[in-house]
Amino acid sequence: MISLKKLGVLGLAAALSISVAACSKGGGSQATSNSTAGASGPVELSMWTHNAGNKEELAAITSVVTDFNASQAKYQVKLQAFPQESYNQSVTAAAAAKKLPCILDIDQPNVANWAWAGYLAPIEGMDDTLGKFLPSTVAKYNGKTYAYGYYDVSLVWVTRASILKKYGIRTPTIDQPWTADEFGAAMKKVKDSGDFKYPADMGTGWTGEWWPYGFSPQLQSFGGDLINRTDYKSAQGALNGDQAIAWANWFASMAKDGNMAKKGSSDPSQDFMNGKTAFLWNGSWTAVPTRKKFDDVIFAPPVDFGNGAKVGGGSWTWGASTNCGDPAGAAEYLKFAAADKYVAKVAQDTNNIPATDAAAALVPAFAPGGENDIFRQYSKKFTVMRPETPGYPFIATEFEKAAKDILNGADPKTTLDQAVSNIDANQQQYNS
Amino acid sequence: MSIAVAAESASGQKIAAEPPSRKRRSTSGKAAVTGWAMLAPAGILMLVFLIVPIILTLSLAFTDARLISPTPAKFIGLNNFTRLFGSNVFWHSLQNTIVFALVIVPVQSACALGLAVLVNAKVRGTNFFRTVYFLPVVTSMVVVSMLWLFMYQQDGLINALLAKIGIAGPDWLGDPNTALFAIILMSAWQAMGFHMVIWLSGLQTISADLYEAASLDGANGWQQFAHVTWPGLKQTRTFILITITIAAFSLFTQINVMTQGGPLDSTSTLVFLAVRTGFQQQQTGYASAMSLVFFVLVLAVSLVQRYLTRDKDLQR
Repeated sequence: MISLKKLGVLGLAAALSISVAACSKGGGSQATSNSTAGASGPVELSMWTHNAGNKEELAAITSVVTDFNASQAKYQVKLQAFPQESYNQSVTAAAAAKKLPCILDIDQPNVANWAWAGYLAPIEGMDDTLGKFLPSTVAKYNGKTYAYGYYDVSLVWVTRASILKKYGIRTPTIDQPWTADEFGAAMKKVKDSGDFKYPADMGTGWTGEWWPYGFSPQLQSFGGDLINRTDYKSAQGALNGDQAIAWANWFASMAKDGNMAKKGSSDPSQDFMNGKTAFLWNGSWTAVPTRKKFDDVIFAPPVDFGNGAKVGGGSWTWGASTNCGDPAGAAEYLKFAAADKYVAKVAQDTNNIPATDAAAALVPAFAPGGENDIFRQYSKKFTVMRPETPGYPFIATEFEKAAKDILNGADPKTTLDQAVSNIDANQQQYNS
Repeated sequence: MSIAVAAESASGQKIAAEPPSRKRRSTSGKAAVTGWAMLAPAGILMLVFLIVPIILTLSLAFTDARLISPTPAKFIGLNNFTRLFGSNVFWHSLQNTIVFALVIVPVQSACALGLAVLVNAKVRGTNFFRTVYFLPVVTSMVVVSMLWLFMYQQDGLINALLAKIGIAGPDWLGDPNTALFAIILMSAWQAMGFHMVIWLSGLQTISADLYEAASLDGANGWQQFAHVTWPGLKQTRTFILITITIAAFSLFTQINVMTQGGPLDSTSTLVFLAVRTGFQQQQTGYASAMSLVFFVLVLAVSLVQRYLTRDKDLQR
């Protein structure tokens, strides 16, 4: 059976490598020597990133690699960039063919899944350094650290001071976010005015990871969760308990009452800037364009639905694979690259929240008192990680489907019960 | 559809390759070797990309294989199938797939035939119309889906046009009652150009003498169509019926781009469900079971069609 599965995955790998070669702009060939120790000269360490289509971040990462290669003569890191759409598939295929690179970046919610599958090697001896990182930028599974990231993002309610003033809505603060009642009243006031197409846009026009990332914090604020986090065995009670039903009813009512579109546009920030919506539930990445458009834009904290305001955590992180011919080299790179100045550089160039205090101090906008400091505070105070279980990718798809069905009028209890039973069945395999 | 074309070309090759090899087998082994060598490119491609995956699917369907897992796949008997037949989403998807096929086969082939008859007329500018009708076919399905996604929006082009004649259009893709219909309409529009060309080639094989004789006998336009054109298109008809059916069953791209199976599973199809289960949810074994059911379904439908459209004269 082992060989059969291997054959299947290899077939998949072959097919994928063809499709990757055909589709990628800057991907290039898949065959990468993991580490070829030359008779003379440095050991080559291969490194993969998802950043082929993201100029700023790729340039920042490249500069870290260049610095590392110049700093010592023992190792030579060779960076290869993939387009984000096919990155995960490339890694899966490479893992099946035992051709994983030494160092790679991983979307944080996938870390537990890949660690469990044996793709990733734990990072050791960096506890002191990583202790200074925002908890949401250090990816753990089963008590071990597998990856760390340079930055995080935060979720915010984007609106304008002039809108709050016109409709008499209190300006929320990090210590006093809107309550559920306040938020509901605000929605009603803005809707009744008829000044906007919809009072709010929560990004319902997007698909995929946005759903669990954007909406599970709201579920958690109601007191529910995607799974019971004590043992990660079951979602019973967490995803279908009374609090979860309350969240589902609220979520469905947002669309039913005309507070937001059942399926929004694919560019919610643009709609907000064009005055079609008054409140935008989005990531801190929307700060740059909205500030450019409005001089009175406000980034309000998430609504507190009773259990505290919550935002999601975790972005792209870096780790080492189990396929590396020279684990010491990979560890050395990861140590080198965790320096504050690199954290500051990558975060600054990508406009994201720097992972450490020292790095934040180096980036004016994120330094205390800077215009983006608020995102960092939200992230520190409100972050709930997406569940660190190998079953997360499955949970994410089930939650997305359940949330969409609920928005389209499905019965909350039945829908969430079904999602729970699917998730529980899938979680079983991780406990043996 | 590509499978059908591959099978067609492969069987064509077989027919072409067989008679000479049978004739010369006794006289020269070299010819047989040449025959096999000629067959090899198509044969190897079919083996690697068709036969091997089918066998793998067949065996993986009875295991708990995962896309990403540290443990090897285990044989779990019929568990995947019992789970599949107990799943509401599966029955929804099966129903949607069948409805899609039942509607699109007659609609698309009839529209394509209508277009073919139109562009077969001997008037000026037919080449222009042939090109126009064929354009959607050479446009990528993903692009077409994105465009129609915008057109189908509640305040999109289609509803704006409907509003002009006083009809308040529905939220086409957001309403479970209209979503599948909207997808059918758009799919038929996209693909009918291809079948128009096939019909056209069929129309042009019909000898002009037959029409001339018919008109001398006083047959009107409709009679000519019913008694000359339609019988003359028999072979074309079979080909079109089978290719549209197979293409209809493998409905995926439109769904993936436009609705992701929603709202409320109203546009979920078997292939979409299998891809979602196998890749996003990483359940290779379960997805293989779905593919196997799909394979059997398509095979059964194709065999029934072959039987119904068989050449009865030849059988006698």
